[in-house]
Amino acid sequence: MSAAEAAARDQASSTCATLEITRERGQRQVFCGLAGIVWLHRKIQDAFFLIVGSRTCAHLMQSAAGVMIFAEPRFATAILQERDLAGMADCNQELDRVAAEVLERRPDIKTLFLVGSCPSEVIKLDLGKAAERLSEVYRERVRVIDYSASGLETTFTQGEDVCLKSLVPQMPQLPSGERSLLVVGTLPDVVEDQFARLFKDLGIGPVHFLPPRHATEFPPVGDGTSVLLAQPFVGETLRALVERGATLLKAPYPFGIEGTLAWLRAAADAWGVSSETLDAVTAPAIARAETALARQRQLLAGKRISFLPDSQLEIPMARFLRRECGMELVEVATPFLDRQLMEAELPLLPEGLRLVEGQDVEHQLDRAREDRPDITVCGLGLANPLEAEGLRTKWSIELVFTPVHGFDQAADLAELFARPLVRGSLLKV
Amino acid sequence: MQLTLWSYEGPPHIGAMRIAASMEGVHLVLHAPQGDTYADLLFTMIERRGQRPPVSYTTFQARELGGDTAALVKDTIQATYDRFKPRVLMIGESCTAELIQDQPAALAQGMGLPAPVLSLELPAYTRKEGWGANETFYQLVRGLLKSQVPTPGSERKLRASGVRPKANLLGPTALGFRCRDDVVEVTRLLDSIGVDVNVVAPLGASPEDLLRIPEADINLCLYPEVADQACHWLERMFGQPTIKTVPIGIGATHDLIQEVGRVLECDVDATADPIWSRMPWYSRSVDSTYLTGKRVFIFGDATHVVASARIASEELGFEVVGIGTYAREFAREVRDAAKRYGVEPLITDNYLEVEEKVAELHPELVLGTQMERHIAKRLGVPCAVISAPVHIQDFPSRYAPQMGFEGANVIFDTWVHPLMMGLEEHLITMFREDFEFHDAATPSHLGGSATSGRPQTTPAGPADSEAEAGEAVMTWASDAEQELKKIPFFVRGKARRNTERYAQERGIQTITVETLYDAKAHFGR
Repeated sequence: MSAAEAAARDQASSTCATLEITRERGQRQVFCGLAGIVWLHRKIQDAFFLIVGSRTCAHLMQSAAGVMIFAEPRFATAILQERDLAGMADCNQELDRVAAEVLERRPDIKTLFLVGSCPSEVIKLDLGKAAERLSEVYRERVRVIDYSASGLETTFTQGEDVCLKSLVPQMPQLPSGERSLLVVGTLPDVVEDQFARLFKDLGIGPVHFLPPRHATEFPPVGDGTSVLLAQPFVGETLRALVERGATLLKAPYPFGIEGTLAWLRAAADAWGVSSETLDAVTAPAIARAETALARQRQLLAGKRISFLPDSQLEIPMARFLRRECGMELVEVATPFLDRQLMEAELPLLPEGLRLVEGQDVEHQLDRAREDRPDITVCGLGLANPLEAEGLRTKWSIELVFTPVHGFDQAADLAELFARPLVRGSLLKV
Repeated sequence: MQLTLWSYEGPPHIGAMRIAASMEGVHLVLHAPQGDTYADLLFTMIERRGQRPPVSYTTFQARELGGDTAALVKDTIQATYDRFKPRVLMIGESCTAELIQDQPAALAQGMGLPAPVLSLELPAYTRKEGWGANETFYQLVRGLLKSQVPTPGSERKLRASGVRPKANLLGPTALGFRCRDDVVEVTRLLDSIGVDVNVVAPLGASPEDLLRIPEADINLCLYPEVADQACHWLERMFGQPTIKTVPIGIGATHDLIQEVGRVLECDVDATADPIWSRMPWYSRSVDSTYLTGKRVFIFGDATHVVASARIASEELGFEVVGIGTYAREFAREVRDAAKRYGVEPLITDNYLEVEEKVAELHPELVLGTQMERHIAKRLGVPCAVISAPVHIQDFPSRYAPQMGFEGANVIFDTWVHPLMMGLEEHLITMFREDFEFHDAATPSHLGGSATSGRPQTTPAGPADSEAEAGEAVMTWASDAEQELKKIPFFVRGKARRNTERYAQERGIQTITVETLYDAKAHFGR
């Protein structure tokens, strides 16, 4: 069955209403939003992320950053000390001192993000005020922006959402009467360039990306802005953009051939590009992708997969793996389900799917042990223990670190899931 | 606030987790916000464990803060007990929970659980990981054994004659540097002198094992950072002598054997020969002559630093030019050692200060932690890892102890490996224009090409710019500058500094070739 046929069938038989969403509460085995800094600081090349938090935050960052320990990273932690907890005025002076130290060490920095954490939230340290004050001090030289990525408020990729949302007020006004396409969500540079070429060939433009590669080059926003979401976890950013007049182009996410084509079609429709043009422009890339994907489909078809909640990428990934790779979905769990953002994705999921929002990790692991799927997508804290129990896993963080969007990465995306299976069959020890 | 690029230690609850994860039958409930479960991957990824650490988290979020977090704590404790049925339950808080003060331990005590509940005080804003591990282990040992403490003044039972004496190995933990293999090596070492191992703790021990600790004749405090409080308490309460020598290095291993022999009054001379260590011969073989006087900077936890300094100076013939530790609780040991080697101790947990010190001292080899690897790479200095914190590659699959005679073999190979080999070093000095063997080339046995960054090409650190500012009055004549470049790069920084110091002391304004050689003769290397 081709992707198009599958789409037609599902449109007829499956609607959002038939999907039962189970909400689960309990112990959550997830990262906090600070982890987003690990990729955001690579994407925004002139920005420095200063976390205001505890030793735990610093420890998380260096554990998550892993091998990046060998590079000079553009993030650091201002660790709260006992005396900082005593009085607030002192805290502000301290923050100014630490910011000065950072900017002295890295004179090339143009944007300084003050990032809130659980401890700074609980003691109600006003980073917004601090950012205003420091922006004054470093006027013309450094822009200082604040956002909070604490575990109290954000889960893993939501850390990107709150960061991008903090950029929205900084974006210049798009003059009325002009229109532009804004692609929201971090994309690897190579993927961003591919999409830029496709939009150019379709005659859609101007196209801007958020986040930009340099925090000094903010894309404009206004009534004429049409937004395409490249990532399914940027809901807050979207709502902030809508408040500034932007309009969301509803589409599934650009994973796999089907997702990418539908995503491009949303822009094409908005720009009045004909179906024939869209087909002509995308045909070579689709043909390539189908050839490459066929190899991975042989490895994946009929295999059963479960997703533990991690990044909100679970639903579009599951859609791609089922419809284009022939996998069977056992359970799909997501940390947070934003219905507005999933409007185009949910109808593409099969009826009767076990869809879970939130987590109670022990119960979820019990279900995984009972289901024994061929692959379980989970975080690094669970992957090796599940492998030791004889379950094959795919660790989920890789999905946000690898180029997986668009036609030319469709097979790479499938390969990420096929690799543990291939490895499992290769090893004779 | 303290600006932290890299932290040497995690927060104290990570120390508590290391104790829990080391043991069987012990479970830790942590009151902590969503996201703090990242700590699990230290155990499952860095140490590659096949089980989740025995830690349950309350993972509260903002919406719970408005409501009843105390109820969440109680539910988590009950669910944890019901599922895991631990024989000892430990309750602690992470940094954020410490701020909201739910008193989880008091809540747990009031729940009437059928297992001992141990309450942990882990002050996250003043203490760190090492302290957390030490405190947790002490509380655990004390909590389990306090009812067994003999009445003061009662005589310690004498060991029956003909029975082999027994020792406890205290201190090895999960995420400890090479603990797994050190335990094997020390067990083998003790066996060779007729001593049995009674309990190894916390690594691999159960609460029942801890109850058997008093049965041993002595305690080996292998990792004082984790076990010194517990050993001290056992010595006071049960009269068990603590063996304080840490057997890292040939000399220290001999000392340990002698100390154990003395305390247990047994004959150990028959096994004093390092029968399975090749290190003394390797170090004496002529190939190692070029190692003499290599200038080495040492940083890490106190135990490994002090041991490494002794190995470096007495067993490899290096010159210790700087030592330091991030563990303030053990600063005294490092200060004492610094006195022995006539250097200033560096007691800091500030990575930037360490970086500054290394840049200033221009060592030829850095022995340190994962963080010093980063510093050494930035400054272009060879480096080997001697202490935690370490990354995944330092939890190797092969047998790789640091302690005992095999540990000395491992150390010899590890430390010498990053250095340029003897003949290559000579050739670089002789043929300065060589297009392959030039200054910037990394040691050829390490592969790589000439592209690695040299200090000259990396951005000037704070130390460099300060030095420049302070010495503005002094200039180098161009021929002297040329002559300086003929000195092999790994000692050039030292030569520059010595010459400038020599010139400054004599009020010389312009450094000439003569000044350079005068200084060389004066300092004599």
